[in-house]
This record gives sequence, structure tokens and C-alpha cells, in this order.
Amino acid sequence: MLITTPNLTRPDESYARLIATHEGLSEAESHALNARLILILMNHIGDEAVLAEAMLLARDPSAV
Amino acid sequence: MKHDIPERYTLAFRLYPYAKSPDQDATTPVRHKAVVVGGGPIGLATALDLGRRGVPVVLLDDHEGAGLGSRALCFAKRTLEICDRLGAAKPMLAKGVQWNLGKVFHDDRLLYEFNLLPEGGHAFPAFINLQQPWFEKFLHDAIVAAQAEGAPIELRGKNRVDAVTPAADHVALDVMTPDGPYKVEAEWLIACDGARSPLRNMLGLGFDGRVFEDNFLIADVKMKADFPTERWFWFEPHFKSGDSALLHKQPDDIWRIDFQLGWNIDRAKELEPARIRARVDAMLGPDVDYELDWCSIYTFQCRRMERFRHGRVLFAGDSAHLVSPFGARGANSGVQDVDNLAWKLALVVEGVAPERLLDSYDAERVHGAEENILNSTRATDFITPKTPVSKMFRNAVLALAGSLPFARTVVNSGRLSMPCTYDGSVLNGADHPAMPARTRPGSPCPDAPLDRGWLLSRLGRGFTLMGIGLEVPKAMAGHGVALEGLSLAPTPELGARYLGGAERAVYLIRPDQHVAARWDHLDEAAVAAALARAIGKE
Repeated sequence: MLITTPNLTRPDESYARLIATHEGLSEAESHALNARLILILMNHIGDEAVLAEAMLLARDPSAV
Repeated sequence: MKHDIPERYTLAFRLYPYAKSPDQDATTPVRHKAVVVGGGPIGLATALDLGRRGVPVVLLDDHEGAGLGSRALCFAKRTLEICDRLGAAKPMLAKGVQWNLGKVFHDDRLLYEFNLLPEGGHAFPAFINLQQPWFEKFLHDAIVAAQAEGAPIELRGKNRVDAVTPAADHVALDVMTPDGPYKVEAEWLIACDGARSPLRNMLGLGFDGRVFEDNFLIADVKMKADFPTERWFWFEPHFKSGDSALLHKQPDDIWRIDFQLGWNIDRAKELEPARIRARVDAMLGPDVDYELDWCSIYTFQCRRMERFRHGRVLFAGDSAHLVSPFGARGANSGVQDVDNLAWKLALVVEGVAPERLLDSYDAERVHGAEENILNSTRATDFITPKTPVSKMFRNAVLALAGSLPFARTVVNSGRLSMPCTYDGSVLNGADHPAMPARTRPGSPCPDAPLDRGWLLSRLGRGFTLMGIGLEVPKAMAGHGVALEGLSLAPTPELGARYLGGAERAVYLIRPDQHVAARWDHLDEAAVAAALARAIGKE
């Protein structure tokens, strides 16, 4: 079951870190970094059903 | 000779030269139980399996033997097990190159190695590499041996089918030979006439699917090289000979090299020897001495017929389904078609099983083809990404695979052929929840070492009732089918592969060595019911 309720322990810090991680990268490098990050997080989640839910939601955020 | 049957390709082995058959002088067409069209690996295996089951079979081929060129190369364990049942595996194993280790590179970096070596306790290796003409020759040798023992198999070279006319109780064929045309009839026709299947076209049947917009160059080279016996695959290789490349060893000092060329190419130009040599030189380095053995350019296609049975015509192998080569799912899946079809057709011809048993061939092998097409399509999408974002994710996976083992599980340079489990088949009977999932009804029996020899070689030609940890009758019969009993003491391998949490087991095993049903005790009425189900009588 995908968690959609607030779950970040430190939301502002995590968001700032995401932005900072991209600092100084070209757009192509940023896209590549995002791709690697998604793959790493996918593996952390692992569960195919949760991933499917997350991908559906990303494609259509109104489909909650 | 009055009529020319032009050769579409050069032969590697002339195996069944044209000889005039009495059928050609018959005033009314002679009707045969089974006619196979096509003399490739699938046609030969079909004739061999049917003949060994006592079904009179005539094979028609417009050539007189095995065509030149390596073509199908990697033969999987299940194929070898099936060929062993057919008496053809030993020379294949002796001639073939066994390999277990694969290496995956990106640019000039070795990302990781993988070992295909399966668990211990199997008679056959995961794969052998063997050129297709040799595979065909060994099947033909087994046909000659079976004929000597009385198997009713007849091979007719330079017999080209020009027309096919289905009727209610037979199929009529117009055949052209060097001595002119003749007519012949088949109660059952098995179309093993390849990807471009003339029979499929004559019957106006579709072959839908997908063409991948990419070209691949095969350059088989002969060289004395000390590269190890491994499968090497490069994504975006540093030597720039293609968008991906593959190096694989064959017998006779031949190496399979495969380059991905892209979509918009000039085929004729790319096949010029000088141009091929430039690519090979870049890959192997300047000091390697080699000669070009066989070259070809192909595009990936994934297609299948909607149904493999059309009344009395049954399609098997590439005529029924086509996949991209990465994964070795072409010839291997065709051999599984044969394995599935021959025993069913034999029981129908003998009048033991109803014709609808053949519908289960269609259902089970369409299921197999779907699985192969899915795997093949996914591998192809990984090797040749279709969009910029797809390529970005592909390369992100490769970037992580060097250091993170999880990413290696996503790298897909072909998921190598595994036998199909017929989940949900109408032929499947009772299951037992405590027993291992890998041997559930529909699964191919995994091999296991016994005191003497191997489990699979102890299974019968027909149905087998296998008891592990309990005695089953040596022979039983039901519904006109003989059932061979095999009682075995548990071993660690049998325990792991067949018992799981159960203390003893009874397995009903089909003639193609797939599990039909299983129990933890012997109930002869339940066995008889499962047997009826497995031959389509229920």
C-alpha cells in the first residue's frame, strides 16, 4: 500500500537536499541523476504493487 | 529431371536426397496419418517424435538437408532433455560448446559477471552452443537410427508443397518434385515451414506482431583465439562497431559476433566484407587473424499466429511464432512445441484421446509463445531503447550496475530460455499445497540424480506414475492409456524438488515430462480421473 499521507521526517531538509543534489549539473546530467535516484528508490521500496501505485499517481496526480 | 526445384539456400549437409516415391505414380492420392512440412530442426524433431511413438509420418522438404550458416546457436537444457528423450542428445553434447559464464560491459567497463551454472544434480548443462546445421544433422542421425528400429518415418527431399486444401477428414496437398507434380493427403498436417511459412500464407492466416526498428549484423568468424568460453555482451562498446555487441564461442573455432547497426542502414553496403572486417578489427584489435565464416543482417520481429491449430493443420516453431534472438527462445521454444504436440497427436491418431486434446496444444503453446514474446520484447526494449527517456533510464541502470548488485537484476541483454510452465491448462489436475511450487501441475519435471542414472531418463515414453517414499504399482491402465509406475526412495534432490513439506508424494507425469497432478498418497480413482483430464477426456 503506497503511503500518501505525510511521511517525511524532515520535509524542508529533504526537499532542500534534493535541489542541492542537482547543483551545478547541466539539464542532461540532472535528468540522468533523477533516473539513477528513481532506480535506487525503486529498489528500496521493492514491492511491485506499491511501485505500480506510485507510477499511476505520478502520471495522474488527481487519481488518488 | 523435368522440373527444377530451386534451392533457396546452400546446404551444409545433404541428408535426404530426392528419390521418387510410389505415391507419385498412384492413381488416387495416397493418404498418410501425418505429414510434416519443413526439414528444419522443428520439422525433423516432429517427425522423429511421432515416428518413435509409432505414428506413420512423411516429411516433405523443398531442400535435401540442412542449410548452411550457424543461425540458431544456443540450445538450452530443456531442449537437450527433450533431445535425450528422442535419442539425439549425446552427440549434441559431445560437439557443442558448454558455457556458464557471461560478462556484461558498458563502453570499456566490465559491469559484472553472471554464472548460469544451475543448481547441481542435472544431467545436462544450462546451455550448449552448436551451429544449427549440426543440430539438424544429429536429429537426422537419430531419425536414421529410429528407422532402423522400425519407426515409420519417411523423409522426402525436393518435395515442395504448392497448394493445400483442407477437407473435413484430411488435408490435400499438391506437391512438386523434380519428376513433376503429385497429390498426397494427410489426416494431420504439421506446418514446420519456418518464419515465412508458405503454408500459413496459402491458408491466408495472419502473423501479427511487431517489428523492432533496428538491424543486427551477425559475423561468424573463424579464428584461433584464446578468449575464454564465455558470453560477452557490450552496451555502447568503446570500439564503436555498433550500439551493442556480442561475442560468443561456437564449435570448430568459430565465434559468433553480433553488432547492432541501427535502423537506417544500407544493407548491401554493410554486408561488404571490407566493411564487416573493419567492425570486427575494431572489436578484436589489429593483431587477431581470422576469416569470415558466415554473415547475415536481420531485424528483430516478435509475431505469432492467433491460434496454432487450424482444424487438421497444426503450426509449430517459427511458422507459429517468432521472437528476437536475444534470449535463445526461437529454436528452443519450437522444440518445446514438438514435445507438447507429438504425444497428443499420437493419442488422437490411435483413437485413445479425443481430437480436442489438440486444442490444449494450441492453448499451452500459445501461452509459451506469449511468455517468450514478452521476455524477448523486454530484452529488445532494453538493448535498443525506443525513446530518449527510455535510453536515459537504460543508461542509468548501466551506470549503477557496476557497483550496485540490485541494478544488475534489471540489466537485460536477453533473459535466457527457460522451459514454460502450463499454469491454468485444462489438462492440469490436483495440486498439493505442501509441495514445491517449481513442480506444480503444468511444470516440466526438473531432473535429479538417482542411484543409477538420472530421473528424466527413467520416465516412460507414455504417462508415468511416480511415487516418492511410497510404492506405486509397476503398471496401471486407464482410459486406454498405459501408466508406467516408478517407485523411488527419497533423496535430498528429490526431496527439495518434489516433496517440499510433504513426507511422500505421487506424481502423474505426462509423456512430455510435465506434471499433470500430484498427491501425498496413492488414490487410484483420483489418478484415473487426473489421467482422463490429462488426455482431454474430461
